[in-house]
Amino acid sequence: MEEMRSDCSSSGVQELHVLAVDDSLVDRKVIERLLKISCCKVTAVESGRRALQYLGLDGERSSVGFDELKVNLIMTDYSMPGMTGYELLKKIKGSSKLREIPVVVMSSENVLARIDRCLEEGAEEFLVKPVKLSDVERLRDFILKGEEKSEREFSHKRKMSDDSCTLTPSSMASSPSSSDSDLPLSPMSIVSDEPRPKRARLLDDN
Amino acid sequence: MEVDQLQRSFLEYSRLLFHEGFLDGQFSQLQLLQDESNPDFVLEVVSLFFEDSERLLNDLTIALDQQNVDFKKLDAHVHQFKGSSSSIGAQRVKNVCIAFRNLCDEQNAEGCLRCLQQVKQEYLLVKTKLEALLRLEQQIVAAGGAIPMLNEFC
Repeated sequence: MEEMRSDCSSSGVQELHVLAVDDSLVDRKVIERLLKISCCKVTAVESGRRALQYLGLDGERSSVGFDELKVNLIMTDYSMPGMTGYELLKKIKGSSKLREIPVVVMSSENVLARIDRCLEEGAEEFLVKPVKLSDVERLRDFILKGEEKSEREFSHKRKMSDDSCTLTPSSMASSPSSSDSDLPLSPMSIVSDEPRPKRARLLDDN
Repeated sequence: MEVDQLQRSFLEYSRLLFHEGFLDGQFSQLQLLQDESNPDFVLEVVSLFFEDSERLLNDLTIALDQQNVDFKKLDAHVHQFKGSSSSIGAQRVKNVCIAFRNLCDEQNAEGCLRCLQQVKQEYLLVKTKLEALLRLEQQIVAAGGAIPMLNEFC
């Protein structure tokens, strides 16, 4: 496992931390460079198992606090010995701790059934290899937008919880200001919890 | 001036390799990723590719040398080779790997043996040419010049 720092500190752009998973040494080298040149921090690992270890999902406690290792995006190869990218995807999406992290699957094989399966399981996108610089830049911009949106929602959520900390669902009946409202005012409902889209998504500007 | 000549030779040679199908757009993509902070990037990736390929060719030879060929294992090796050659833009090697995988599917041992020979040949060819190209690159840099970009093939 290697961790590298990007050298785009002066650009003012928030640096995403990407976990890249690929059993091919050549591909790891290329994806690392693609990500670094796109101002991302990269951690590259060679297998699904190592990825889960890094993410703290294999039962072992990571020695560093989760926030310090915060991964903003996982890019994984599909065909890997041992755990495939699809299996890794399932494990990540099945974990309450990690399921919000966007996962992108990469494959040299443009198989529709495979693409569908990954998207159904919650992959953000399916990239056909070889991955190009434009793919990575587009992905980065898309993820950055998502992060900004989460930040705004989080601030909004905190504001709401400050304003309405007494309005839990059980106390709504006794609170005059909420008598007309059908919406529970607990912070958890502010963050939308839509099911993941099942169709392939084009990464156009929102 | 020497740098000009070297740069022209480099461009001519690159164009030839592209036209003959030895290299494709992915190689240009790699060139894009090289800069002053990573001046040896292409050389590093290509070196990794050479190491990886030699290992894979060895594995393929051993796999095909067995009494009972394990086509699934064979296919796994070819798939890897196809992947890495595609990642560096070694188009002809990649294409032979595609044919090779079909033969693995068909469990055609003789066909696979022929393909192995072919892929070895294509690999040696591209290796020689890449080494020559990269030598030219190094000469350009040593003479203080910039490596011309192969934008037309991106």
